[in-house]
Amino acid sequence: MSSSSLALSARGLGKAYTITHNATDHVTMAEVALQRLRHPLRRAEREQFWAARGIDLDLHQGEVLGLLGRNGAGKSTLLKLLGRITTPTEGEIKLWGRVGSLLEVGTGFHPELTGRENIYLNGSILGMTTKEIARQFDAIVDFAGVEQFLDTPVKRYSSGMYVRLAFAVAAHLESEILLVDEVLSVGDADFQKKCLGKMRDVASTGRTVILVSHQMRSVEELCQRVVVLDRGRVAFDGETADGVANYLQQAATFVPDSDANARPGSGHLRITEVSVPRTNLAVEEPKRIRFRIEQFDTATDRCWVTAIFRNSEGVPVAHCESLQVGMWYSALDGPLEGEVSLRSPWLHPGDYIVDLALQNYGMIDQFDGACRFSVRPGYPYRAGAWDEAARRDLVPPDFDFDMQGASVGADALESPDRST
Amino acid sequence: MTDTPLNPPKPWFVARPRKSWFPSNPRDLWHFRGLLARFTARDLTLRYRQTVLGMTWVVLQPLLGAGVLSFVFGSVAGLSAPKGIPYLVFSFAGMVAWNLYSNITMRAGTVLIGNAQMIQKVFFPRLLLPLSQVGSSLVDLAVSLVVLAIMLAVYGIWAGWALLLLPVWLLLFVFAALGLGLTSGALAVPFRDVQYVLPVAIQFLLFATPIAYSISAAPASTRWLFYINPLSGLFEAVRWSTLGTPFPSSGLITYSIVASLAMFLLGVMVFSRLERRFADVI
Repeated sequence: MSSSSLALSARGLGKAYTITHNATDHVTMAEVALQRLRHPLRRAEREQFWAARGIDLDLHQGEVLGLLGRNGAGKSTLLKLLGRITTPTEGEIKLWGRVGSLLEVGTGFHPELTGRENIYLNGSILGMTTKEIARQFDAIVDFAGVEQFLDTPVKRYSSGMYVRLAFAVAAHLESEILLVDEVLSVGDADFQKKCLGKMRDVASTGRTVILVSHQMRSVEELCQRVVVLDRGRVAFDGETADGVANYLQQAATFVPDSDANARPGSGHLRITEVSVPRTNLAVEEPKRIRFRIEQFDTATDRCWVTAIFRNSEGVPVAHCESLQVGMWYSALDGPLEGEVSLRSPWLHPGDYIVDLALQNYGMIDQFDGACRFSVRPGYPYRAGAWDEAARRDLVPPDFDFDMQGASVGADALESPDRST
Repeated sequence: MTDTPLNPPKPWFVARPRKSWFPSNPRDLWHFRGLLARFTARDLTLRYRQTVLGMTWVVLQPLLGAGVLSFVFGSVAGLSAPKGIPYLVFSFAGMVAWNLYSNITMRAGTVLIGNAQMIQKVFFPRLLLPLSQVGSSLVDLAVSLVVLAIMLAVYGIWAGWALLLLPVWLLLFVFAALGLGLTSGALAVPFRDVQYVLPVAIQFLLFATPIAYSISAAPASTRWLFYINPLSGLFEAVRWSTLGTPFPSSGLITYSIVASLAMFLLGVMVFSRLERRFADVI
């Protein structure tokens, strides 16, 4: 790997954003001028927030790098720096080639313009020359499958067609270095497969790629190397398997915001206690979370409760809202206890985090990472071979088969043994 | 500059914290030249596709403007146009150039905010957004020039070879307009009130500029105001090239030329200086 030449090199890279205190965000020139006149000597108190700092990164030509990190770890900032969308506050970046950024699909698409016009416009915005677009035009149209609608304004496209066309343009970028953020998660399953295939092609043509994704599977499949960011710094740089493990561990050791007063929401009511009766559960067992709500302000006494179950990658698996089952909670007569029980779907073995929230047409208390539990390995199905194949499904199903006809009899399987 | 031993070739681009008054990488402008045409085509397509009256408005706008000015200055204020030139034609010639100027300034001044989403998500030379406003304004100009040509033919006005210099004056208008447009456009990103001040400033300029009257018609006590306005000389020059009125004094025209180019340069500098923060604060 070290024999090939560098494509990108960053040294001591940092980006700071200024957060202005006391002065209430002066966005107009008149306000700034007025502030200066009133307090000629006082400068607004400013705090610098380093979204990324001290980042060293070398990427060789043809390398496909996976960039991982929790929300707010600095992934987007780093991509924006490398993609030249924003300039660094300190450090430097050297680029040996053009950079194409795919931070979003369809940047600059205009609903009134036709498919054809948007291909040229969007391609140019992404940095393709008119000649390159003309050469790739047929491939783009073919990939998106919109031949018949080329001269129709894209506002009449279905959302699926729109996204396919947008991705198709981006997928045909010819820049030497490609930065991709989460765009793989567009379209239906078939199209996602196609996108992944396209990414594989791009990676195999010797171009340098940085891929940000929350889908560990695509990272494992496409990347030879992984960098994990944590609070704006490089926490890991190495082999993909180790990097993914490092990231998953980081995601699991996430410290909840247990300080009630620091949590978002009006705070009229607060979740003061959360407990999980059983923290080590079987796949098919109901997942129960108990919580206690107290009133701190007479402004509100009623609310509904939302519980979001997330897997260890932080992906929401189930969203349970008490309002949907007709439950309002009122803490008028003192603290109250409640419980949410997730019976179905079943959950794969692994660690889970639950976010709780109290709402009343507005956020009252948002308690992310309120509690955690784990589901122990082993499925309540008969055949052991099933495990391997279905581990990749979103959820393990709770299902039955039925058979009607003459031959129902001795050969029919017994129903699986379920303890619930 | 330190070179990595691994890497003898010079990097294609180096990004560093910078505070420069000049465009960072002129090569980008060349690479993205196709985008300039696309932006222009987009604006034109949208303008003419969306309104039934598309083309009609382009003709009507300067005509109505010239009509109002003729009424105010010709009828109410009682000024008179040079002999043999109807007041409407006189003010229309000024209006053609004025519309070029004000369109470019206004559009260049607001185009960044209108495309905020794009600026946050993709890299391209930001300068292209305001520059792309020139092309669509030139198309509008072409339409009104046709109307002007018809008027001149109908009234038998012929300025002679001076006509050949008309493109030069119009180009200077473009530079002057970009000067103000780039400056205010760049300032409007962090300071949103600039976009509300700009139309007022242009409105003021409309009356402080000899568009529908010649400088000689203004009272001597306020004439200094017209002499410091770099557009004055250009308007006189446009009328010289189209209506055959007297050529402005050499001092005035030299000042106008130098000032227009200086304003353009200043605009590019302010823009380049503020450009690096666009994606962060827009």
